[in-house]
Amino acid sequence: MDTHDPQPLPASQADARPVLEAPDIARVMTRIAHEIVERAKGADDVVLLGIPTRGVFLARRLADKLEQITERKVPVGSLDITMYRDDLRLQPPRALARTEIPGDGIDGKLVVLVDDVLFSGRTIRAALDALNDIGRPRAVQLAVLVDRGHRELPIRADYVGKNLPTSLRETVKVLLAEEDGRDTVLLGAKQTPQ
Amino acid sequence: MQRHLISAADLTRDDAVLILDTAEEMARVADRPIKKLPTLRGRTVVNLFFEDSTRTRISFEAAEKRLSADVINFSAKGSSVSKGESLKDTAQTLEAMGVDAVVIRHGASGAPYRLATSGWIDAHVINAGDGTHQHPTQALLDAFTMRRRLVGRDAGLGQDLDGRRITLVGDVLHSRVARSNVDLLHTLGAEVTLVAPPTLLPVGVETWPCEVSYDLDSTLPKSDAVMMLRVQRERMNAAFFPTEREYSRRYGLDGDRMARMPEHAIVMHPGPMVRGMEITAEVADSDRCTVVEQVANGVSIRMAVLYLLLGGAEFQTPSTPAAPARTAEENR
Repeated sequence: MDTHDPQPLPASQADARPVLEAPDIARVMTRIAHEIVERAKGADDVVLLGIPTRGVFLARRLADKLEQITERKVPVGSLDITMYRDDLRLQPPRALARTEIPGDGIDGKLVVLVDDVLFSGRTIRAALDALNDIGRPRAVQLAVLVDRGHRELPIRADYVGKNLPTSLRETVKVLLAEEDGRDTVLLGAKQTPQ
Repeated sequence: MQRHLISAADLTRDDAVLILDTAEEMARVADRPIKKLPTLRGRTVVNLFFEDSTRTRISFEAAEKRLSADVINFSAKGSSVSKGESLKDTAQTLEAMGVDAVVIRHGASGAPYRLATSGWIDAHVINAGDGTHQHPTQALLDAFTMRRRLVGRDAGLGQDLDGRRITLVGDVLHSRVARSNVDLLHTLGAEVTLVAPPTLLPVGVETWPCEVSYDLDSTLPKSDAVMMLRVQRERMNAAFFPTEREYSRRYGLDGDRMARMPEHAIVMHPGPMVRGMEITAEVADSDRCTVVEQVANGVSIRMAVLYLLLGGAEFQTPSTPAAPARTAEENR
């Protein structure tokens, strides 16, 4: 989950190093789609839920790939976790994003949560809570484009685009064409507060 | 956003649009099997009602419960207030109980402002109607209803009411709803016209950011929304118009008048309606009348206001250095 607005990159990211480029991201998404089909034995009951903002775009891309593979439409939606965050009181109120559950709901389905970066795991914990209020899936799995480590909760991803060992002083920024005009994953240094 | 919601005039355009957008997401919770969010868990909200109210109190209560806040209802009847306790003492009692927000309705204009600014209490104060002054959440839910109907549910996100022509008809003098609506609709870029007999317009209305007319029939064809206000007999201590029949013939909305409105235009009423007085049953029961929708939207708006006031960090009491606020980047 990230709440960045489209804006020029801050100085700290001007010299950020790309770790995944557009063709890499496309290949990775194709691989994850195949893995989902393999593990779910055909992806009959898969529902993809993206976590805003960029997780939603990734979920839609995965849905397109799954449709190419299985020749069936895969339900895709979005799941805003803002109201379920554990750090709400540490920050000013956040604007809410859209939660859109596909028409048939999630009861008895295999829900695959999709996010751009897996870091502390707290977003995913919030997402699991949010799912709990919406229905009872048969199982929940997690797909992420980048796993950068540093988990603070016992959570792991089922499908990982790229494992990226990072230090806490680094930032990982995913840019997607739908929101940022281009596809890339940037690894930069965090600006130290003055 | 400020710490309190006392007056619709305190809201900037961006604040108001943020509340409307947030309410649009809150409205989706009502469609879910479990209509509850954990956001205000452990927060206590008191509904402090010194004046009778059914729909506003129930609406606030529903909103608070959907956000998982602990709700305490306090009505003046049968409480220590009827034994002569002052607002100050009541406030200090609530403060001692550790209340996080107070939703207050009071017969005296300015009571919520006094509560918020006098230092009696640290809680957030939300005005649920004070005297003939303001009723900001009503104005917000009205603007929300207009935006949904006139601009569209999804098309309206991020939008204001620029250029929409809104007409408020009836007892403006006693109406806090009218005052709040004029302030908010002006902030949102709408063109507001008040229509009322001269006796039911307050002194100084010419300084308000709106037009004033005494003639309903000439205003109807150029209105995108017409809001009928209740004639508040309980606040009337003088003869403001000769007879009720004459009032409803000149300022009541009936089927013939509704037919003169543009086809897309809606009829609104803040409730409670007096059928046969300011609105006929034919109009009240028609598809163009949004009264029931306004009630449903009221819960969403109040959830949005509570979330935006109570859901985030308190700037006055920064978190301890041991637990620094995380950035969005850090907390993925």
